[in-house]
Amino acid sequence: MQIDNNQLLRLATAGSVDDGKSTLIGRLLYDSKSIFEDQIAAIENTSKKKGYDGVDLALFTDGLRDEREQGITIDVAYRYFTTPKRKFIIADTPGHIQYTRNMVTGASTANVAIILIDARKGVIEQTKRHSYIASLLQIPHVIVCVNKMDLVEYSEEVFNNIVSDYESFSSKLLIKDVRFIPISALVGDNVVNASEQMSWFKGSPLLNTLETMHISSDNNKIDARFAVQTVLRPQKDEFIDYRGYAGRILSGIYRKGDNVTILPSGFTSKIKTIDFYDQSLEEAFAPMSVSITLEDDIDISRGDMIVKTNNSPEPSQEFDAMICWLNNKQAQPRAKYSILHTSNEQKAMIKDVVYKVNINTYERNEEDKDFQMNDIGRVKLRTTKPLMIDSYRDNRLTGSFILIDEGTNETVAAGMII
Amino acid sequence: MSKYYLNYLDELEAEAIFILREVWAQFQNPVILFSGGKDSIVVTHLAKKAFYPSSIPFPLMHIDTGHNFPETMKFRDDLIKELGVGLIVGSVQESINQGRVAEEKGKNASRNALQTTTLLDAIETNKIDCAIGGGRRDEEKARAKERFFSHRDDFGQWDPKNQRPELWNLLNGKHFQGEHFRAFPISNWTELDVWNYIKRENIAIPSLYFAHEREVVWRNDAWIPNSEFLKLEENEKIEFKKIRFRTLGDITITGGIESDADTLHKIVEEVAAMRLTERGNRADDKRSESAMEDRKRQGYF
Repeated sequence: MQIDNNQLLRLATAGSVDDGKSTLIGRLLYDSKSIFEDQIAAIENTSKKKGYDGVDLALFTDGLRDEREQGITIDVAYRYFTTPKRKFIIADTPGHIQYTRNMVTGASTANVAIILIDARKGVIEQTKRHSYIASLLQIPHVIVCVNKMDLVEYSEEVFNNIVSDYESFSSKLLIKDVRFIPISALVGDNVVNASEQMSWFKGSPLLNTLETMHISSDNNKIDARFAVQTVLRPQKDEFIDYRGYAGRILSGIYRKGDNVTILPSGFTSKIKTIDFYDQSLEEAFAPMSVSITLEDDIDISRGDMIVKTNNSPEPSQEFDAMICWLNNKQAQPRAKYSILHTSNEQKAMIKDVVYKVNINTYERNEEDKDFQMNDIGRVKLRTTKPLMIDSYRDNRLTGSFILIDEGTNETVAAGMII
Repeated sequence: MSKYYLNYLDELEAEAIFILREVWAQFQNPVILFSGGKDSIVVTHLAKKAFYPSSIPFPLMHIDTGHNFPETMKFRDDLIKELGVGLIVGSVQESINQGRVAEEKGKNASRNALQTTTLLDAIETNKIDCAIGGGRRDEEKARAKERFFSHRDDFGQWDPKNQRPELWNLLNGKHFQGEHFRAFPISNWTELDVWNYIKRENIAIPSLYFAHEREVVWRNDAWIPNSEFLKLEENEKIEFKKIRFRTLGDITITGGIESDADTLHKIVEEVAAMRLTERGNRADDKRSESAMEDRKRQGYF
């Protein structure tokens, strides 16, 4: 299959244990002919061993031995499929509450979240929890798949009731684009092929929706942000004076000749060249990895940010953020952590816990200050040096950070700046 | 007017370059694990782009099973010379001679599993804190769980239940002495992406990937190349077939496929139409359902 100039769409799935999430992914891959024959043979074999009648498509996604034994998904797994229109990366994230952190992990880069609802059960706590996380992470598009329609006689009324339930609770959330599709992952209705049983549904099947969804505007194209990863200083005669700032454009567009400011020093200069390998580019945009050279010789190192002079992020040492706690070891009040924000690493302290959120009911709790694994809430942070921050709502990459425990080196929290 | 979005291959390339630069920025002593296969060749090509006009700032490391395709070795040495980078070799034969590992016996014996000890020894001896590999998540179900930055404890073990969450583009490479990381810049690429990229960038690869007439024997549902290490069973015979290899590993277990694809264009077409996975003819993965997971837990690449 030749795919030309196709975009990459990153997809995260969410759903509780028995909602048929793995089956849906299996179905997408199977019906789009992305499962190889030997993989099908392997799962047929295992299905038979387990005494199933048909092929258990869910087996295709559970990669670890413990997952196959327990029939659940423990950790995020990534799957790939390609159609003539797009390439897809699926972050297959577990639905169990104890794995909220894995959903956050899988969803942090997603363009689209698929939230599965069992048509027989309707909107449940899990649905609210997954929708909350999708909203918190500002996933640009949400597709609610009402699954197992075959078990409710493909009833339009059941579907409409779930849609209206969902709309009434999700109006409190920040989900910009939400669509609803009635499906049966098991049978294959409205996944790749349009359902003959649900002719009342006028929308597209899931795959077609994913193929045609507009995602070019998902990246921030307005605020130019370039975080320096490393400095290229070749020891070669023909490049003796070359000093290239290597990094990835996090957002926005840069052009040769642009006036830029270097943060945190505040020095200004002009872009001399934007280099990508042996080519010199007139302009570059997110998410390109390039190197930038400047007209003036300025001391710039990893962690510095090159921005446009008329559009700067806020240098800030104290700010509020929503965090999701990812570690077994609970958050220590006033304890110090390493904070990694873009390529900039500093020390940070949790000064105060403003509230914790019950992500099933959306209620705020201002009394409980202990962050345990999977807890989400608002904190006040102080860093030893200013960070060049944007709000997460404006910019997913310059508005996000992680906290690292200096005792264990583990990533303990994911943060979104308010 | 530009469109201001990247096509998928450019986006994968930008992501891989970002990861390679993070490795360089966060680690003291990284290497690229180089097998001579297409994935490690692509990673090396990406490193060339990531640091241009500087040379690749770290050496390649080859874990030499001693059962190589001769062509792979020549390819490796030519590439080192062209790039002007260092080469570290970890030798499985030496590990056998030192009694660190014991050679497998029997018809399906291979040195694949033995590589783990040699690899971990080489990492320890050379004080390597990050080994960059060409592993892809589409290869195998245990690989699908791998992070870009994958932590290994001081025994070189991978614990799939204790992986660092990876959020946005924030990679945490912090580690204690003795521990190391594996980094996988092309995690998100599929076999077809790799071939499309090789074709687009016109990257040199060993001719083993192109269809040629070769001496082979039919074993374990694949064409195994004739070599000095091959011992024929009674009912087996050497045949001439037009063969190419989808993966290159130990010569004793790398199965070829019958093919007419003798150009990159034809390979891309062939791979796109493939109905079997790439590792479907790697005998080492067929040993059990969790063969790869078990090997990875012990420190296999």
